[in-house]
Amino acid sequence: MITYALWFAATCFSVALLLNVWRIGVAPGVVDRILALDTMVVNAIALLNIYGLLEGTAVYFEVSLLIAMFGFVSTVAYCRFILRGNIIE
Amino acid sequence: MTAHLDVTLALIAALPFIGAVFPGLMIRAGRDACAMSAGWATLSAFILLMTLAPAVWHGETYSFRINWMPMLGLNANFRLDGLGFLFATMILGIGMLIILYARFYLSRSDPMGQFYVYLMLFQGAMLGIVLSDNVLMMVVFWELTSLSSFLLIGYWKHTPDGRQGARMALAVTGMGGLALIAGMLLLGEAAGSYDLTDILQRREAIQASPLYLPMLILILLGAFTKSAQFPFHFWLPHAMAAPTPVSAYLHSATMVKAGLFLMARLWPVLSGTDAWFYIVSTTGLVTMVLGAAIAIFKDDLKALLAYSTVSHLGLITMLLGFGTTAAATAAGFHIINHTIFKAALFMTAGIVDHETHTRSIKRLGGLRHLMPITATLAIITAASMAGIPYFNGFLSKEMMLESAAHTTWDGNGLLVPVLATIGALLSAAYSFRYIGHVFLGPVRDDYPHKPHDPGFGLWAAPAFLSVLVLAIGIFPQAVVGSFLQIVADAITGQHLHMHPLKVWHGLTPALLMSAIATVGGLAVLLAFTPLDRLWESLPKPDAKRIFDRMVETSHDICGTIANHMHDGQLTRYVAIFATGTVAAGIIAFVTGDYLPGTRDMLPVDLIDVVGTILVIAATASIVVFHRSRLLVLVLIGINGLVVSLIFVRFSAPDLAMTQVTVEVVTLILLLLALHFLPKITPRETSWARRGRDGAIAIAAGLAVGGLAFALMTRDFSTISGYYWENAKPGGGGTNVVNVILVDFRGYDTFGEIIVLGIAALVIFALAEALMNGRASRRLANWEVTQRYSRDRHPLMMVVATRVMMPIVLMVGVYIFLRGHNQPGGGFIAGLVVAIALLMQYMASGFAWAQDRMKFAYHTFIGWGVMIAGLTGIGAWFVGRPFLTSAYGYVHIEPIEEFELATAMAFDLGVFLAVVGAVMLALYCLSRIARRTGETVNVTPMDFDPSHPTETTQENG
Repeated sequence: MITYALWFAATCFSVALLLNVWRIGVAPGVVDRILALDTMVVNAIALLNIYGLLEGTAVYFEVSLLIAMFGFVSTVAYCRFILRGNIIE
Repeated sequence: MTAHLDVTLALIAALPFIGAVFPGLMIRAGRDACAMSAGWATLSAFILLMTLAPAVWHGETYSFRINWMPMLGLNANFRLDGLGFLFATMILGIGMLIILYARFYLSRSDPMGQFYVYLMLFQGAMLGIVLSDNVLMMVVFWELTSLSSFLLIGYWKHTPDGRQGARMALAVTGMGGLALIAGMLLLGEAAGSYDLTDILQRREAIQASPLYLPMLILILLGAFTKSAQFPFHFWLPHAMAAPTPVSAYLHSATMVKAGLFLMARLWPVLSGTDAWFYIVSTTGLVTMVLGAAIAIFKDDLKALLAYSTVSHLGLITMLLGFGTTAAATAAGFHIINHTIFKAALFMTAGIVDHETHTRSIKRLGGLRHLMPITATLAIITAASMAGIPYFNGFLSKEMMLESAAHTTWDGNGLLVPVLATIGALLSAAYSFRYIGHVFLGPVRDDYPHKPHDPGFGLWAAPAFLSVLVLAIGIFPQAVVGSFLQIVADAITGQHLHMHPLKVWHGLTPALLMSAIATVGGLAVLLAFTPLDRLWESLPKPDAKRIFDRMVETSHDICGTIANHMHDGQLTRYVAIFATGTVAAGIIAFVTGDYLPGTRDMLPVDLIDVVGTILVIAATASIVVFHRSRLLVLVLIGINGLVVSLIFVRFSAPDLAMTQVTVEVVTLILLLLALHFLPKITPRETSWARRGRDGAIAIAAGLAVGGLAFALMTRDFSTISGYYWENAKPGGGGTNVVNVILVDFRGYDTFGEIIVLGIAALVIFALAEALMNGRASRRLANWEVTQRYSRDRHPLMMVVATRVMMPIVLMVGVYIFLRGHNQPGGGFIAGLVVAIALLMQYMASGFAWAQDRMKFAYHTFIGWGVMIAGLTGIGAWFVGRPFLTSAYGYVHIEPIEEFELATAMAFDLGVFLAVVGAVMLALYCLSRIARRTGETVNVTPMDFDPSHPTETTQENG
């Protein structure tokens, strides 16, 4: 049963990722695209963890940990660039 | 012949190099101390050499072996026999005299420390050539003499003559050195060994080898360029721009004789063939006659001596070329004699130059009244050069003429004797001119400087040599008889029965030729004025101009090729590279037999499909949007994310983690750089060009994809299996990737962190240069046209990054510690920690964060490399090779049993180097922004709600 649930969730997040990419392609400005990329990061973390559950291993969880931490840093860096031009001042 | 093993030999070869350290230091203690330090090293080497003399005298050889790179046949093997002993004695003996002479020759304004350092380096290199038993090591020393002579010739850096002469000498002898390397490799190939001791036993094998002729030509090219044989003789006169001690040492006594040494050394195996006879003896003969003819009409004292040296070197080459034992003996004898009289002659020329401030013969004359001591010495040595009886030059010249008289050249029995007599005649003529036009004649009153004899220090060395000239000239058998015996035995490799050396042999053809030469020489001198006018009117090629034009032409050709291939356009390089690679692949595919792979395909599930679509979509969008640079960075972010997902899908969590962290660091670097770059890429190429590039790109992409597909659909064996099996038992870790990095391939990793550190330091240096250069002014005039937010350090961000800092650091430590057994390791941990620090820089600004960083990032790199290196060296103390790792298991209550491995210390080094390199690079880039006149904050936030009134800015 859990397998079906996991596959269902994986499908949902995959579709979400595709929609994110669609958004990045057609968004009106850079800010929307950054937002879409940030959402992609969240979806990717979810997909990774589901994949780990499906495979029955915890080996991949550190990767999602790093993505979780540094997706934030990337988003902040993009935003700082738009707001201030220089990201370290 | 018995051989002794003796470490003294290596010590003798090493002493000059050791001695080269001291003059540079001792110059602080004064010029005497400086010269003494060089002199003591040479004297000690000389004394050590003399302790070996008795056995050498009995025809024994010494040898000493140190394995250096035995796999390549390159070993530090030394050997001392009669020939080596002769040259070593010359190098060290004349070396001491030169050191003494130079002490008084160099003026106060010359950097004497440098001079002696160069001189000792040269001495060591030269000694290395003559003591080497391994021909490859001999080549190494050979090259060292070229380099050190370059430094010595160009010693007076302020004179263009010196610099150009040095460059010419290096170019000619360096090219000869290249030929020699090839020749020696062929010789070793033909003989089956690179050791002279073995090579000298294999005459038949070498001469029967099909490689004999190319080998001979290449080796002779090396010898001829070094010994200034025609047509490579032109560098030697230009090298006379060197200080006179250098000319006396390198260009008469030692370095130019290296080529002769080589020919004499290989004489037993190479000589005796027609090729050897015609190439060597003809070259020598031409050089002898031509050099002597030019020498007569040179007005510069040192140029006259330089060409006379060329001529005498030609004489010795010719003798070696004859291939008979008598001629080889004569060659050995003339090497001794020439060294003695020519070194002394150069010194007297130097004294004349020193005292009268001119070297032009036309401005000199009558010096015997003003400088009687110098004149006496010069006349003795010049008489020897002319070949007058009772001076040493006479004896070897007589032996040369004797050999020449018995030589037929291509069936012609007269050619060689006649030309040899002419050579001797011209030689007598310039010797007489040196005496007559400089020292004899009336005293003049227009010398540039009033001359008088110099102090004892300057004339002591030539005086000693003049005594030797007379001693050998009058009592040849008693003084050098037995010495010449061992030298001749060593050159020919046989035990010769020599007749005792005598001044008079009765009426022989040689005596007749000698008489003709002497009388003719006098006649030339008497008719000098009309002959000189005739010579001046003859067209003569200017070697320097030809050489310069050749250099210029080759420079132009190389420049044209390089500029066409390398025009600075990156797209072009990529296009050429991609086209070439694809073409090579297609050719291989068409000509080879291709069988489709047999491996089963993996099942495709939904996640794979989505991942593929994501990568393709992101890549396609990059192509579409590539002119907007910020947008491209966002799209690259998608790629990075999806690629790390793909790594996970194919079970490579280590790669995925590295990808995620590298992605962030790269993004920050690119954003920092983009701040100073245009935000839009302008359109610069035509449609046709873009279409072509697109086609190449698609072709290359398809080719790489096809190749990957072809490889992955078939079974192939890799080294992976070995790593899988040995990671745990051999390296103690279950994470194979990490064990490979820190253990199996630890050497590579060690190299990589060094490279990483160097790259970071280069970025630092470049940024530093940028700040002090033109770009700095442009940055200072930087005007911000865009409207930006005025809150530089938002409260939210500052708080969020502070909270994240300890968490990220904790994760960093965790990843570091588990690295050996689970995905992670020093590299990833280093990036994680670097990002933790970077966040603070982004949130509260550069100045605030830098203030709180107590260590410079350079030191991180240094410590990292050092810790990794020391861990590797630690293995030596237990007698294991560099970077062998050890591990053990520790159990401390209440913690679970855990592993401790030396690899962890190594990983710590990797970690530190990565943190240092990343931070240093970002530090440099963000420092550039300081130049744009941005204000710097001293508090964590621009607006701090808890201190509403405080000013938080100061001008940077």
